[in-house]
Amino acid sequence: MLGERVLPAPAPFVLPEVKPFWDGTAEGRLLLPRCDDCQQVIWYPRPFCPSCASTKVSWIPASGRGSIYSYTVNRRGQADLPAYKEAGLYVLAYVELDEGPRMMTNIVDCDPESVRIGQRVQVVFHDTGEGTALPRFRPASD
Amino acid sequence: MSIKGKAFIVAAYEHPDRIIPDRSVAQIHAENTVGVLADAGLKLSDIDGFFCTGGAGMVGVAMADYLGLTNISYLDSTAVGGSSPVYQVGHAAAAIAMGKCKVALVTLANRPRSEVGPRSVNTSPETSFELVYGTSTIGMYALAAQRHMYEFGTTSEQLAWVKVAFSEHAQYNPHALLQKPVTVDDVLSSPMLSDPLHRMDTCVVTDGGGAVIVASPEVADQIKRPKVKIMGHGEAPKHSDNGRIDLTYTGARWSGPRAFAEAGVTPGDIDYASIYDSFTITVVETLEDLGFCEKGKGGQFVADGGLRARGGKLPVNTDGGGLCNNHPGMGGMMKILEGVRQVRGEAHPMVQVPECDLVLVHGTGGSLGTRMASATLILGTEDA
Repeated sequence: MLGERVLPAPAPFVLPEVKPFWDGTAEGRLLLPRCDDCQQVIWYPRPFCPSCASTKVSWIPASGRGSIYSYTVNRRGQADLPAYKEAGLYVLAYVELDEGPRMMTNIVDCDPESVRIGQRVQVVFHDTGEGTALPRFRPASD
Repeated sequence: MSIKGKAFIVAAYEHPDRIIPDRSVAQIHAENTVGVLADAGLKLSDIDGFFCTGGAGMVGVAMADYLGLTNISYLDSTAVGGSSPVYQVGHAAAAIAMGKCKVALVTLANRPRSEVGPRSVNTSPETSFELVYGTSTIGMYALAAQRHMYEFGTTSEQLAWVKVAFSEHAQYNPHALLQKPVTVDDVLSSPMLSDPLHRMDTCVVTDGGGAVIVASPEVADQIKRPKVKIMGHGEAPKHSDNGRIDLTYTGARWSGPRAFAEAGVTPGDIDYASIYDSFTITVVETLEDLGFCEKGKGGQFVADGGLRARGGKLPVNTDGGGLCNNHPGMGGMMKILEGVRQVRGEAHPMVQVPECDLVLVHGTGGSLGTRMASATLILGTEDA
């Protein structure tokens, strides 16, 4: 591990219709939108089902577990957000949630060089200081 | 209904500069316009269709104003990143086929090398679920490369061959930003930016642009330059697919077959291809999706000089491409321009493909890692 550097946790721009998602993160809960009509779990979050065009969507608690679909170790500060300019080395990844969707995230609490596709991970929340938290993932034992 | 043979590229111009600190994007559009009108022997007042990429605000109208275009019956500023001009040439051909205009100016200008500034706040709905994690342009493509390697065994050495071939071509292009041939070892020993992509897996960042004129057959008959026939066109966006994104393919999987069907040709008929090369992985996935090789075999296809103008399986990006020649933030126009040179027989003699009758041009906008726009254009000689 490279010291105790903490990855920045910039606050997201919260669109009104996905406030329930971000309110959940502040309580340490990962909520996923699921279509009441076709039962598809939706990602990224919106109260609209792109599978069947329904607006009947409920927020369900996720298991918080998944596996790494792909990842990259960002080694040079080239992130789109200035908050990451001094972030140093960090892992950007897609995690395939056990509920189905693949979500963009970071893999944390581990040596970036040890990250592998297929690795099991579980969610952790990083407080943004603005009433929201970023769901990120760390290696899981299962 | 088809655009095949109903429109021709009658003029082409590539802006010669790669670093332009002293002129605006609007002025680069103006220089493109002067250059492309001269190539065709046409006048500003002949232009009745305007297709514009690059600039701020209500860009199509603002640039029509700057350029003094007063006779525009068809306007298109489809903004799909680097693939925009490849979209727009197809749209221009369709507009001409429908009689909406006769002489269409398609121009691209941008200066990301000189005009470095803060990015505007993006409130598009997906950004809150992506940007906050430290996404970057290269990071998005790296995610695709990593997954492609995992599923198909593609290697960094194979990706490096894309850069090697284009660098060998670039040595014959006096305008290319990077003109020195490199080796596989050079690529692999360049700094790792975002695993598994190195600095030399990445395109250059330049200022610049270029333009073409697409015209009706009647107009084309009046012009002295060799006619480049528009044979077929296809386009397709690809996105995150309700969270079921698959990073191993691109929108070329759909745009390619549409273009081939309209042109009535197959990948085996293509003599030369301009393939968007923001990164080496972009080329490998696109070649697979277009059907030049099986899915997953793109690494093997490009290895050992597979894309060389001389002795390659398929000559690709003989101007040096975005990896070596230029990439003004959006590179689709450069892909069209080298395709036109190859059909006209005006590429550098060291990279000109003999008897080059059929050319494929492919543009990629956005990101392989999230959402993108693909466009495929097939061009041919007058008799193709």
